[in-house]
Amino acid sequence: MATTTPETPDIGERRRPSTSTGRAGDRIFIGLSRGSGITLLVIMAAIAVFLTYRAAQAISQDSANFFTTFEWNPAGTPPVFGIAVLAFGTIVSSVIAMAIALPVAIGIALFISHYAPRKLAKPLAYVVDLLAAVPSIIYGLWGAIFLVPYLAGLNSWLDQYLGWTYIFDRSSDGLARNLFTVGILLAIMILPIITNVTREVFLQVPKMHEEAALALGATRWEVVRMAVLPFGRSGIISASMLGLGRALGETMAVAVVLSPSFLISGHLLDPGGGTFAQNIAAKFNEADGYGRDALIASGLVLFVITLLVNGAARMIIARRKEYSGANS
Amino acid sequence: MKLSRKNGLRASAIGALVVSGVLVLSACGSDNNSEPTKKGGKTSAAASNIKCDDAKGQLLAAGSSAQKNAMDLWVKNFQAACAGVEVNYQGIGSGAGITKFNQGQVALAGSDSALKEEEVAASQKICKGGKGIDLPMVGGPIAIAYKLNGVDNLVLDAPTLAKIFDTKITKWNDQAIAKLNPGAKLPDSTIQPFHRSDESGTTQNLGKYLSTTAPADWKYDPKTKSWPAPNGQAANGNSGVATALKGAEGSIGYVELSYATANKLSTVSINTGASAPVPVNAETASKAIAAAKIKGTGNDLALSLDYTTKAEGAYPILLVTYEIACDKGNKADTLPTLKAFLNYTASEEGQKILSDAGYAPLPAEIAAKVREIVPTLS
Repeated sequence: MATTTPETPDIGERRRPSTSTGRAGDRIFIGLSRGSGITLLVIMAAIAVFLTYRAAQAISQDSANFFTTFEWNPAGTPPVFGIAVLAFGTIVSSVIAMAIALPVAIGIALFISHYAPRKLAKPLAYVVDLLAAVPSIIYGLWGAIFLVPYLAGLNSWLDQYLGWTYIFDRSSDGLARNLFTVGILLAIMILPIITNVTREVFLQVPKMHEEAALALGATRWEVVRMAVLPFGRSGIISASMLGLGRALGETMAVAVVLSPSFLISGHLLDPGGGTFAQNIAAKFNEADGYGRDALIASGLVLFVITLLVNGAARMIIARRKEYSGANS
Repeated sequence: MKLSRKNGLRASAIGALVVSGVLVLSACGSDNNSEPTKKGGKTSAAASNIKCDDAKGQLLAAGSSAQKNAMDLWVKNFQAACAGVEVNYQGIGSGAGITKFNQGQVALAGSDSALKEEEVAASQKICKGGKGIDLPMVGGPIAIAYKLNGVDNLVLDAPTLAKIFDTKITKWNDQAIAKLNPGAKLPDSTIQPFHRSDESGTTQNLGKYLSTTAPADWKYDPKTKSWPAPNGQAANGNSGVATALKGAEGSIGYVELSYATANKLSTVSINTGASAPVPVNAETASKAIAAAKIKGTGNDLALSLDYTTKAEGAYPILLVTYEIACDKGNKADTLPTLKAFLNYTASEEGQKILSDAGYAPLPAEIAAKVREIVPTLS
């Protein structure tokens, strides 16, 4: 395994000559970069304080439990709002997206990095990257106009043959404007980022490992299973965390496709549910000052969830540093 | 990682090409549109009677998206007639429009509902020595649109409508619907009711109508701008609902009339208790506005609509959108433009073009009152 650490002395050598030449320039540069760093921290702190203050103001006047209420009516007397439905919808749609996108993304990445002929691999990689360049509102419109009617048939099929699973049991016919459809749409949207990062990691697999496996008589699939996948595991995990972060925060596409309601239903094919970002997009324009504070409070919860996800990704990458693509 | 960055760059370069291509094309489009402006509006007959007075510079306005299409028409004609004047209306929603107005960012706000007391109080900071007033300007009929094969002229009344939207009536061949539509071939299929997922004055006005005319069947808070009933399906914006209705057999929902017309959706006639069911159009909605009473005091013309009207040919489900401006204390540099623009929108000519865009013109009596007040703005 790649355990060489040639980077550390390298950096040290680079640092030494820089201190010996142009001291004034160095000091100015250090001052500038330190100043920008501090400015950034101050701005971030100011934003955090502002958000927390507004959120606290809203929550203090909420007449119901902020975490367990199935309603959003901050303009009512008394104001009632809670994030239970939003948290459920956000997490469920993201999990569906991950369940679909991750295997497909790993498949595409393996195909591009290890199976496809060179002539096909490059254009395919470009096409996947192009998917990331499409604005999310375009995905939303495509989803609402094309995907939703198209998926109605799939929904009926799932209901008929997999209805016994409870989650695919549908209570009434209707358009497929549900969390399941949102999950599929999100899967397409997060595909490029997961594919891209995993492909990079797969390309970093030391040639020696693969050749050694081939020399032992392994088939190509066995090479992938024994050398490529274990080496790329941490990369796959961090890539999927990045994708998950995007799925959690997706706004416009969900707002256009989902038929939201403030109900939690385990039946994924029934319309209903909602996500944090979708709810903010739908309510912000007509909300009064207090309603906006309530939306900011819900946004803060999403912020904390995203922070946890990113934190988890960082921890996993840090734990398996020697495998990450950063040092080769 | 290097490779991916390069790919990303190339991908965004292609994206940028596409975007800039579209921009170039659309820029051409708007150039063509503004050509009459440069010719001083001589080409446009509609622009001939607009009085520009001392209008000059830029007038910023924002608010209700319900009146956005009407505003676009007015702005186009007004700018064509008055050289060098720019009116900029952003359809960002009533709530956001009022907020901007009360922060002094815009001189004119459009709103689906009259100012609340606390909003009037807040406006006194911006309107030095005066306050914000509501001037009714556009009527917006709310069409109940549906898609049901083989049924062309559906008639419903308020209690039935309330039960459908509250999913108490779930089948199209329900007794209550059949009784209102003798002879219609109603299928034994499920009704799919659609509502708005975003907050909206359209939702609020439909709620007010239902809770006034069918209080026993619609027990939700009439003031809420978000849909109060727990069931049914939702879509984002008028266009979202219209798209959803178009794609779902057996669906019913509410959109502003212009969206129903544009998407060729069938609309419900309402049995108001008048001798014949009332279809939705600009004329029937204007008749219903005529039954409204002015509840505002002084120069404020906030209306209280009579949803229970039984007048012949008056369509009761509608909203009235207001223009909100200061009665005193308008900014000196925008006041002439503001007055000239509102003079035009309230004029017979300005009102006449509304019905073509799917809106309802103000009834003569109310329009006359608006025309009395506009010149007194200061």
